[in-house]
This record gives sequence, C-alpha cells and structure tokens, in this order.
Amino acid sequence: MSENPGPSGTFVIAQAETPAAHGATPSHGGVEIQVPPGEAHGAGFPPFDAQTFPSQLIWLAIAFGALYLLMSRVALPRIATILEERHDRVADDLEEAGKLKAESEAAQASYEQALASARNKAHGIATETRDTLAAEAETRRKAVEAELSAKLVTAEAQITATKTAAMANVHGIAVDAAGAIVHQLIGSTPAPQAVEAAVDQATKS
Amino acid sequence: MASGSVIDPIHQFQIIKIVDLGAPGGVQLAFTNSAAFMFGIVALVFFFLTFATRGRTLVPGRLQSLAEVSYEFVASMVRSTAGNEGMKFFPLVFSLFIFVLVANFVGMIPYTFTVTSHLVVTAGLALVVILTVIIYGFVRHGTHFLGLFVPSGVPAFLLPFMVVIEVISFLSRPISLSLRLFANMLAGHIAMKVFAGFIVMMSATGVAGILGATLPLAMVVALTALEFLVAFLQAYVFAVLTCIYLNDALHPGH
Repeated sequence: MSENPGPSGTFVIAQAETPAAHGATPSHGGVEIQVPPGEAHGAGFPPFDAQTFPSQLIWLAIAFGALYLLMSRVALPRIATILEERHDRVADDLEEAGKLKAESEAAQASYEQALASARNKAHGIATETRDTLAAEAETRRKAVEAELSAKLVTAEAQITATKTAAMANVHGIAVDAAGAIVHQLIGSTPAPQAVEAAVDQATKS
Repeated sequence: MASGSVIDPIHQFQIIKIVDLGAPGGVQLAFTNSAAFMFGIVALVFFFLTFATRGRTLVPGRLQSLAEVSYEFVASMVRSTAGNEGMKFFPLVFSLFIFVLVANFVGMIPYTFTVTSHLVVTAGLALVVILTVIIYGFVRHGTHFLGLFVPSGVPAFLLPFMVVIEVISFLSRPISLSLRLFANMLAGHIAMKVFAGFIVMMSATGVAGILGATLPLAMVVALTALEFLVAFLQAYVFAVLTCIYLNDALHPGH
C-alpha cells in the first residue's frame, strides 16, 4: 500500500466504512488509516460479519467441491498412475536384471562345462592317437622284421646254393687238374672215372 | 497509535463484493473477493498439478517432483495415522491440505486476500471433516460408532461422567480445528501489518525515525519468515487432525 504523507507529516485518513458499503471504497487510491479500531469497525470486524457468511459458505462449498472432484477424478489418479508406473518399471527392471544375472551365470557354468568336456575330449583324442600310432609303428616294425628275416633266409639259401655250385666247380677243376698233373708226371692220361674217384676219395677224407 | 491514526491492519480482511447477487430469501448473496480467491486457489492447484504431470515422465522433472512429493507427503500422512483403510479418504485429505496450504501461501503475497483468515471458511472446512467422520462412522459401524464415546476399562460409576467428557471433546474438535487455523492466519497477518505500519509511521518523522524504523523492519522480515512456516504448519496440522478424526470413524473402538 502506498502511503502518502499528508502536508502535516501525518497520514491522510480515509476511514474504512462499513462492509456493506465497502464495494466502492477501495478506489480512493489513498491510504487506509483508521481512527482507533473500535470506532472504525465496531461490529464490522470482517471475519465476524455474519452478513458475508452465506455467500462465503456457498462459494466455499462450490469451490471446495470442485477442488475435491478435480483432485479425486483427475489430478490424483494421474499422479498415482505415474508413481505406479515408475514402481512397476523399477520392479520390472530389477526382475530383468536378476534374470540376466542368472542367465549370465548359467552361460558361464555351461561355458566352463564345455571347456572341461573339450579338455577331456582332447585328452582322449591325444591318448587314442598315441595308441594307434604306437600300434601302427609296432605292426610296421613287425612287418619289416618279417620281411628282413625272409630276405635273410633267401640270402642264406642263395649262399648255400652258390657254395654248393662252387664246390661242384671245385670238384671239376680238381678232377681236371689231377688228370693234367698225372699226364705231366707219367705222360699218359688216366681214365677220367679213376681220376674222379680218386678226387672224390681225397676231398671226402 | 498515540497520534490516533494507524494503518488499518483489519482492512486486508475486508470482504468486497464483486458481483452482487441480491438477497434471495433475505440472505445476502454476492460473488466476493473471497470467492474469487477460492476459485483462484482451485484453478492454481489444478493447473499446477496437471501441468506438472503433463509429461508423465519416468524420471520426474522439478515440477513433477513437487507434485509427486505433495502426493506422497499426504499419502504417507494418511497411511501412518489412519492406516491403509484410510486411503479411501486420501482425496479428501489431500484436497483439504492443498486448499489450506495454497490459501495460506497465496495470503502471504502482498495485496492478496487470505481465504483462511475468515472463521466461516475454516469452520466450513472443519464441518466437512466432522460431517464426514459422523456420516461415515454411522454408515460403516451403525450404532457401534457411539462406542467412540464410551471408553473401555472405566469403572461404572465414572462412566456417565466420562461419556459426557468424550462427547464434549468430540464436539470441540471442529471448533478447535477451525479456530486454530483462523486465529493463526488472522493474528499473523495483523502482526505483520502492524509492524509494517510502524515502519511507515516512524520513517515519516525524519532521519532518526528512518533509522529507528530498521527495528520494526527486522521484525517484519522475521515475522514474514515465521508466517511462511505457520502457513505450512497450519495446513499440515489441519490435515493430520483430519486424518486422526477420520481414523476414529474407521476404528471407533478405543
């Protein structure tokens, strides 16, 4: 409220009138200053002015009724929905997180299982490979050995045959040589049968 | 005051007719500044709450947080005093709380009219509460609701006396509910206006007066802060007492 000091340094006095006539007073633009309250208002203390009660109550009933309807039908359900959605969303998210955690744990477990089984399998394959390779080497070794011993046998047989043949040749040479030696010594050729018999006798003893 | 002229601390409570509706049946009716402020409060509350929640966002902004905080503040108040059953009265308690709160805060703005500084308004609100308690109590519990006035475990010879006391205490509830709010708002606004008037009067007396006027100025600053606290506190007290009385209607047994 703007207070205009009067010329004498005191305040302009615009006495508040009774509430009934008050509709027109606020336009005075000056100050409301009063002579002692009792005189100015007397029975007119506004909160106790019974004349205003009916209209105030009626407007209060209408306004508060409107507020109640707007709150209970529109505003509060709206806020409740928001809070509920948030609550649901948070619960959902927590649930989702729990599910994902369980999933990841299961995935890790299955990974570890797969790793273990792979390791086992690799171990198995290695053992198997080693065994087959060893067996193969063994058979090959045996085959080679057999082959070699067979070759040895044939070689020995060949040696024996060659030896026999050589011995036969030696016999012939001995007979020829004996005949020639006898011819040189006595100047006559002995009968081949006799020479051969003599050589036979000599070589056998 | 010695000069016989003070700034009128009562003028702020004047009811001013905006539209005179005549006097049907000998009762004066008018659309007044009080009514205009009531509708202004309703509109303010409604538009604030709908505007604040327009986004319906999962992560609330500032305004939406404010709307949600006010909702949860009243909801937890109702739940803690009247139980989950009391939540059927939540819209009523919320409406009362927000109406009184906004009326008190609007009244703190200079040049405005404080709706709750009129006894008939606070009495009307208290009447809403007590009628709800009585009607719901009888509809829900029938004559058992009268058990509210018969405390258990009282010797028989004391019982009539106790019943009288209980009835008086029940009847005094709407009176105390309405008077508390009315008196707080009225006294606070008068005190502020009186101290503010001192500033004007003292500073009109010259330099010494202007210096001296800092004292009432400090007082007005402090009073304004106090009045903001009172404005909230009275709305809170009104709502809590409403919850307690409604709890009696829900559970009349002592």
